[in-house]
Amino acid sequence: MKENKKTYWKGLEELTNEESFVKNADREFPEGPSNLDGSSRRDFLKLMGFSLAAASLAACEAPVRKAIPYVNKPVDINPSIPNYYASTFASGGDYASIVVKTREGRPIKIDGNDLSPISQGGVSAIVEASVLSLYDKQRLSDPMMNGEKVEWAALDAEIKSKLMAAGNVKIVTNTILSPSTEKALDAFAAAFGDAEVITYDAVSSYGITKGAETSYGEAILPTYHFDKASVIVSFGADFLGTWISPIEFAKQYSKGRKISKDKPYMSRHFQFESNLSLTGANADYRTPIRASQSGLAVLALYNAIAKKAGASTVTGAAVEIDYLDKAANELWANRGKSLVVSGSNDPNVQIVINAINDLLGNNGSTVDFSTPSYFRKGDDSKMNQFTADLKAGRVGGVIFYNCNPVYDYVKGADIAEGVSKAKVSLATNATLDETASLCQYVAPDHHFLESWNDFNPRKGHYSLSQPTISPLFNTRQAQESFLIWAGNDTNYYDFLQDNWRTTLFESQLEISGFQEFWDRSLFNGVYAMPSEPTALSGAADVSAAASAIARVYKAENSSDELVVYTKVGIGNGTFANNPWLQEMSDPISKATWDNYLTVSQSWAADNGVKMFEGATRKARITVGEKSVLVPVLVQPGQAKGTFGLALGYGRTKAGRVANGVGVNAYELLNNANGFTAFELTEGVSIQLTDDTYKIAQTQTHQTYMGRDFVIQEATLGEYKENPSAGRDFPKVYKDGEFVKPSKISLWKGHKYSQHHWGLAIDMNSCIGCGACTIACQVENNVSVVGKQEVLNRREMAWIRIDRYYSSPEGASSNKELEQAADNPEVIFQPMMCQHCNNAPCETVCPVAATTHSSEGLNQMTYNRCIGTRYCANNCPYKVRRFNWFKYHDNKEFAAVNVAQNDDLGKMVLNPDVTVRARGVIEKCSMCVQRIQAGKLTAKKEGRKVEDGDINTACATACPTDAIVFGDMNNPESKITKLLQIEDQGDAASKEVNEERAYHVLEYLNVNPNVWYFTKIRNKDKSEA
Amino acid sequence: MKSSFFMMLFFLLLGTQVFAANPEVSDSEEAIAAGKSIFNANCRSCHRLDQKNVGPALRGVTDRHSIDWTKSFIRNSQVLIASGDAEAVAIYNEYNQLVMPAHEFLSDDDLMNLLAYIEYGDKADATAAAEGGGGVAASGGGGIPSEYLTIILGVLVVVLLLILVVLGLIISVLTKYLKSQSLEEDDKEFLSQKFDFKKLVRSDAFLIIITALVIALVAKTALDELYTVGVQQGYAPKQPIAFSHQLHAGQYEMECQYCHTGVEIGKSANIPSANICMNCHMHIQNVGGKDGISPEIAKIYAAVDNNQPIEWVRVHNLPDLSYFNHAQHVAVGGLECQTCHGPIEEMEVVYQHSSLTMGWCIDCHRQTDIRADGNEYYDKLVQLHSGSKNSLKVKDIGGLECAKCHY
Repeated sequence: MKENKKTYWKGLEELTNEESFVKNADREFPEGPSNLDGSSRRDFLKLMGFSLAAASLAACEAPVRKAIPYVNKPVDINPSIPNYYASTFASGGDYASIVVKTREGRPIKIDGNDLSPISQGGVSAIVEASVLSLYDKQRLSDPMMNGEKVEWAALDAEIKSKLMAAGNVKIVTNTILSPSTEKALDAFAAAFGDAEVITYDAVSSYGITKGAETSYGEAILPTYHFDKASVIVSFGADFLGTWISPIEFAKQYSKGRKISKDKPYMSRHFQFESNLSLTGANADYRTPIRASQSGLAVLALYNAIAKKAGASTVTGAAVEIDYLDKAANELWANRGKSLVVSGSNDPNVQIVINAINDLLGNNGSTVDFSTPSYFRKGDDSKMNQFTADLKAGRVGGVIFYNCNPVYDYVKGADIAEGVSKAKVSLATNATLDETASLCQYVAPDHHFLESWNDFNPRKGHYSLSQPTISPLFNTRQAQESFLIWAGNDTNYYDFLQDNWRTTLFESQLEISGFQEFWDRSLFNGVYAMPSEPTALSGAADVSAAASAIARVYKAENSSDELVVYTKVGIGNGTFANNPWLQEMSDPISKATWDNYLTVSQSWAADNGVKMFEGATRKARITVGEKSVLVPVLVQPGQAKGTFGLALGYGRTKAGRVANGVGVNAYELLNNANGFTAFELTEGVSIQLTDDTYKIAQTQTHQTYMGRDFVIQEATLGEYKENPSAGRDFPKVYKDGEFVKPSKISLWKGHKYSQHHWGLAIDMNSCIGCGACTIACQVENNVSVVGKQEVLNRREMAWIRIDRYYSSPEGASSNKELEQAADNPEVIFQPMMCQHCNNAPCETVCPVAATTHSSEGLNQMTYNRCIGTRYCANNCPYKVRRFNWFKYHDNKEFAAVNVAQNDDLGKMVLNPDVTVRARGVIEKCSMCVQRIQAGKLTAKKEGRKVEDGDINTACATACPTDAIVFGDMNNPESKITKLLQIEDQGDAASKEVNEERAYHVLEYLNVNPNVWYFTKIRNKDKSEA
Repeated sequence: MKSSFFMMLFFLLLGTQVFAANPEVSDSEEAIAAGKSIFNANCRSCHRLDQKNVGPALRGVTDRHSIDWTKSFIRNSQVLIASGDAEAVAIYNEYNQLVMPAHEFLSDDDLMNLLAYIEYGDKADATAAAEGGGGVAASGGGGIPSEYLTIILGVLVVVLLLILVVLGLIISVLTKYLKSQSLEEDDKEFLSQKFDFKKLVRSDAFLIIITALVIALVAKTALDELYTVGVQQGYAPKQPIAFSHQLHAGQYEMECQYCHTGVEIGKSANIPSANICMNCHMHIQNVGGKDGISPEIAKIYAAVDNNQPIEWVRVHNLPDLSYFNHAQHVAVGGLECQTCHGPIEEMEVVYQHSSLTMGWCIDCHRQTDIRADGNEYYDKLVQLHSGSKNSLKVKDIGGLECAKCHY
């Protein structure tokens, strides 16, 4: 048993344990069935009688169904057999190497590409969801001229002549990772009198590139190695969630965090930030700091390290920040294998960060500037200059290459005003978004899943993307458009190949034929070329940066501070029109379909805001002359005096899903100091209003009613002493003694003679990013239900990530409540059907619609289910979801559930999984369709199923390998080795020898096939 | 008797043909077996051994032509024709200038094996084909055809009726005899008692029995009808092209997999795409050697020319909620197509042979043995099952579980 018992809570309601919460919480489905059309129960019975008769009559005439084969069947497309293509996801500088699964020529699922040394097989929620954006009805079907559809030839002729006449052409773009695209743009630029390319990033990292230029002479991003760092210190960089290359960093980070008896050590992570970010939630030591102090905190760390190193210190106002000295000591003790990063966009702060890493000898080991990364190339100052030029009418022709600065640039309003002053305005955007809708011409680009392209995300690392479907619309790849306008009629595929032939192929000796070189690169999706490290010069001049910091940042600031951040799901807003991402519950706040002002518990207490089940009030944010009205969300861990607001919302022309959802935080930003500042420390005022509002949060929907030992955790020290530290070993009284719950059972138990599928989930690796939830949604055709239905607690997710806060004790008084919520520990627990061997749901189903398989799966048979919901009520894990409505082919849900309503959206559905009807329960099937497919492949080949043949969608997507799926009857499988299962024949109830592994709610003896590993925090002592 | 005489004559003729094969051609079993697989893979869609098909009947080819000539013709007939070889040109013209595909990938040994099969292989087939005619005639003598059953039944009914009449006569004779005797009052009353039909009809027992019967009948009919809701057994929709399986699969004995390419690899067996039809119909433009283009075959040409797929009407419709995979049943389970699809090779128009209800699936899963031989996947299951006296059925390894088909 634990000595120092913590209280775990999902939301503030639960922490305070209010009566209304308790009353509501014990009801699985808090509100009764609501009716879309207002009919009564009597009507229902009448209708039932009628429909039975009608069904029998209607069934006499079966509808004629067609089977339409190809005219010419492509050799490698076989109906029902998926094909996989290596490709690349890139949106601006966001990058992932992927493998696209296609069925009958339609891309339906995106997985990570294991061969990529950058994304290493990981994906994020956005990458997973991007396949749906291919089938977005909002995409332009034809090129447009002055709001009218035209033919490409007409558009080309017009553009060529007009652009030449306009002169002074500027191309605005987000970061371009593609060398061939850059080459095509060069060709275009040369044809139009040195047209200039202006690069900006919606979420800019200009601070780092500018800082690197000042420090080392090159405006680049370094390559980070979080896996090589024993001590990680981050100042507001959400590197696991949204910062620069989160998939890669999450992979690296998790390598340093995995722990076992053979490797009883892990990295230690300090986080200093204002908003509670995903990264902060995973930190061992997190200190909430005011944004106005962040620069000074970095200076203080520099001084502390400099003192130890004997280097000269700089002057900066002293700030009192918890754990900063501790961080400094440990960084110094781990010189060369520690890492300091900052999310600040202020070049001066980044210069000091560079200096700290230099002092610590990390430069070259954990921070590698000699292998530059190209994820962010945006130049805030150039973009600022361009905006001014455009507004003043000094730009002849402006081309927006797949970017939307009117929405996502700090001076979007100026651009909107300036576009009409340019003689020619053109966008290659795929939709008529905020920017494209203002342009005279739109030459819509293909979706990335329809395109050829190459990418160079890091020095020496290349990857390719290839079309996985014929273009759905009359669109044209933008690079090809640029080539055509430049008078070059090569198609882009040939152009791309030529570029590879003359650059990459020529510079290698391994493969002699280009075709083979090309085929292999295309097959692998990635190509690595050994390259010389970039030579760096000089060291950072800290004193100038320090004095700049000392001018701008303040140790004491009485005014409100707004820290604008990006959410893991919506990101910078490019994919906002994707309902999967809108309904993905935010890893931290668990809110869907909104952005909101995150406020600290103390501010809420001062202003009398008390949130209950998402019900809240709105506040007015005023920044300078701009002001917006947003709902407030009380966020534990929010630094006092600071407020958080997410980017990516408030779209006006993204499409019917995103339009009008949330407010646009880009409008509040400024670039007064020469860079886009995401931390606003002056001139911000927050006023609470009386407007009420409801935020659709999922956090308290499935509560365990105070049941203990859902979460089991220990500190690293405790673990080293005792590998089963933190574990709970429940005992049940039987015949005069206390025995393990599994010793008492009503059931004889199942026998699993062939396979015994199971999941092992390492809560030490899980960072809560939610990639698995979207992967599951894509794989299993899970419906989107919309905001109102989420408020009604009817979200359909098969896998959710429970986020618990913890505090030393339950809060009773207001003061304690504030303390508990000031800076709680956070823990994430992926929760899906536990596939219990003694399943409580199976015994209560009156029609045997949920049954047990001979392979350990708890099966759900939709066509047998009559919707009593007894199973859901009897499920201790609350993972069964009920279809309150028919979510497919239903105009009430057409606006949100696009994947099951419009013809285009339906192309993304997985044909191997039934779309569920109204009135049935559904839940995680452990991807039984993949299990069946994997078994069939083995049978066809006359062999046993090998470990790794089959994997669930969640485990495949997980960027930190926290979820491991496998056959617990196979002694060679990874899961058997992880859990240390000895051969136990066909027993359903397996004894595991791994000390950290436990069952959630073990004392119930439902005996799940899902195992969790205790969370180990790298803390000196147990504390909240 | 006459027919059997002709048959023997036919056999003799056939025999002479067979033994006239070139002595260089091996008649070893291995060569014939190897040749058979080459034949089936490459030749069978157009050629038969003893029957003229798209191309000529092949047996005796080494007698009619030299072996070298035959080999070069098989390898690439077009080269031979172009060179002006008289024999080759004659055959080419005789068969409407159909182009035989080149088989340059076949080695010399392959070709000799092929010829071995052509000359000595599957003689039983020829015998069977020859005996087929006699077989039908002979079948008149053996077994009991169904029409005789009806006659037997009719006779039985007549006999029973006769017995009834005789019994009635006996009763009337006996009654008359008894009436002529002196009897006691009771017996007399019994004797003169009339059969009261009305009373019987009005009796409670009768009414209850009748009502119960009617209810049971109605209920049974209703239930039976309800069970057939959505069952399309016998469904034989008109197809856009009057394609005959009887002709292709029956008469020409084409392998099902030739057209239904997916049946061993995936979920769908695949309706053949038009390009598969064109493999043969590039050359065969009409049925039964008629001239001109058949209007049905013309529809394939139209589809290909206009790049417009043929919209076949789906005959077998499983509901979306059930997952069925052909590969599992055909490639792994080794089932014949006919097990579920019925005598497809006899169908002029395809109809749904089986009910495709869940009960039908389950029945089969209860009765069918697992084909575990040589499939390592099943080793452990077979081993665990070895103690049982029953064979390993599909049901024993989870074949009745919901999530085998429903997910």
